[in-house]
Amino acid sequence: MAKTLFEKIWDAHVVQAADAESPATLYIDLHLVHEVTSPQAFTMLRERGLTVRRPAQTLATMDHSTPTTPRGADGIIPVTDEIARKQLNQLIQNCSDFGIPLYNLGTENQGIVHVIGPEQGYTQPGMTIVCGDSHTSTHGAFGALAFGIGTSEVGHVLATQCLLQQKPQTAEIRIDGTLRAGVTAKDIILAIIAKIGVGGGTGYVLEYTGSAIRALTMEERMTICNMSIEGGARAGLIAPDETTFAWLKDRPHTPKGEAWDAAVEYWRTLPSDEGATYDLQVVLNADELAPMITYGTNPGMGIPVTGNVPAPSDLADDSQRMALDKALNYMGLQPNQPLIGQKVDVVFLGSCTNSRISDLRAAAKLLDGKKVADGLRMLVVPGSQQVKRQAEAEGLDQIFRAAGAEWREAGCSMCIAMNGDQLQPGQYAVSTSNRNFEGRQGKGGRTFLASPLTAAATAINGHIVDVREIL
Amino acid sequence: MQPINTFQAKAVALPIENIDTDQIIPARYLKVTDKNGLGEALFTDWRGEPDFVLNQPYAQGAGVLIAGHNFGCGSSREHAPWALQGFGFQAVISTYFADIFKGNSLKNGLLPIVVDAPTLARLTEQCLANQTIDVSVDLANQQVHVAGETISFPIDAFSKHCLLHGVDQLGYIQAQEAAIQAYETNHAARVNTVGA
Repeated sequence: MAKTLFEKIWDAHVVQAADAESPATLYIDLHLVHEVTSPQAFTMLRERGLTVRRPAQTLATMDHSTPTTPRGADGIIPVTDEIARKQLNQLIQNCSDFGIPLYNLGTENQGIVHVIGPEQGYTQPGMTIVCGDSHTSTHGAFGALAFGIGTSEVGHVLATQCLLQQKPQTAEIRIDGTLRAGVTAKDIILAIIAKIGVGGGTGYVLEYTGSAIRALTMEERMTICNMSIEGGARAGLIAPDETTFAWLKDRPHTPKGEAWDAAVEYWRTLPSDEGATYDLQVVLNADELAPMITYGTNPGMGIPVTGNVPAPSDLADDSQRMALDKALNYMGLQPNQPLIGQKVDVVFLGSCTNSRISDLRAAAKLLDGKKVADGLRMLVVPGSQQVKRQAEAEGLDQIFRAAGAEWREAGCSMCIAMNGDQLQPGQYAVSTSNRNFEGRQGKGGRTFLASPLTAAATAINGHIVDVREIL
Repeated sequence: MQPINTFQAKAVALPIENIDTDQIIPARYLKVTDKNGLGEALFTDWRGEPDFVLNQPYAQGAGVLIAGHNFGCGSSREHAPWALQGFGFQAVISTYFADIFKGNSLKNGLLPIVVDAPTLARLTEQCLANQTIDVSVDLANQQVHVAGETISFPIDAFSKHCLLHGVDQLGYIQAQEAAIQAYETNHAARVNTVGA
């Protein structure tokens, strides 16, 4: 029987099949851990006298509550928040006690959990990957079944390397055609979420297919899969292909020699079979996409950058009208107003969505020889120490600094605003991150989600612009 | 986890759709290393508004939250159900719940009650008109008794069993040790983070 990519990975990881009374037990190949969602799980292990079953299939890093402020003269990143320091120290203690490797703050491989997994070559096609973080969907770009879990489940995986899972439904998100200049992977995923809504993917695993997806680089594919959760889907998948293999080859932790050949041979069997069926199909045409931007307080509230903010009075559904009214009130925007020309206080380039080297290169190309607008603050936060070193080797940091942007240490930074990097109440930001929820980037802060290109163009102009006009 | 079966509680309405976990508990409260005190930070930014429902005297002691569509979207933070429970909520009623939030809630004994859109609209209207309504939940029979009507709700058989009997899901997985060992025997580990 023809199987989808999802079904192949699922079937290969069933430890105990589901029956009428119980969900399936699924084996987890790789468990990524960070400081925020793990402490209570380790406490549970201690209370029950349990060990970590497979420390060698577990990797910890620090990213969420870590400061991204520049290193001191001693080369150390200063942690001034005592509560954050306690949490970070707790992770160090937990990893030490349970034998889990840790990329400690400021060390050479530390970074955002969804940047380092692929970067190190731990993320590979056909694997099951979990992390106590909803953006674990990022790793689906490699054809891995990767999804976010809660802290109870973090405990389950630490103790048993398994999870109880109800089998999700599958949806094909097909995007054919060719992206126009100035339109990026970020615009594709924002357009998808605008179409299906923030709850549209609930209960589904999304598989992105079509010629526009095939044409994307791995980093672009990660941007797409990263935001699957913003459409409500726990996981997004892209079938592995030559682009995938070329990106992974010779990464530190991918198989080598004959083992590599055998792995690639297996990975080639993973793409969905001809005739495999999905429970739902959504189709977009890449030729028709424009740079996207959000105007509201969830990632589904997005429009082409040249569009106007929708009007609550145009909505027939009471609940939707109230939600839009509430969102525009929070954002301080008027119905039917354009976003082009909207003044912006802060531009944030970073997050697990858009902090990889290609994101920084794209933004740097626009900023080269230019200045960030007067009064506008721009933060550039590389996704990992490795991305940071690479960018510095290419001189990108100098371009950002010369433009007047801040060049920071690696971490989640202003995407989650629990590490000192945050908006002030009322400030407007164009952000390359993934969530524009109320207060997400700081209490009272107001977020427009967009691509690195739109972010850089906005930084130069001080207000939202259509990047296609300056390319 | 304590078993739950039937309980009666006062319900309050928060008729906003797509309530995300950043509203339930903002990230700046996630620097804790335990589960204590999160109830005080529940909806903390919205509680800054004097007319917010949870600030009203009538909302004190509420055990059921009648929310808008798609409750709990966004992050995987289990702090969200912990905060709701810390405030005193035992159940949330919506038309559907975000997957991770629902899973987290069920593991903590916070019951996600799914009703259809007309039912949610009716319950919300009644609740808003009366400030609160009394709700009686019967998990074994998958029913909510409210304002003279009986509403059935779905729940997967396994979660229901675990809630009714206080079954620990980790213990359930651990009981499959032989199957896990067999799987590991037949499948070499795909990564080695320790030997790196």
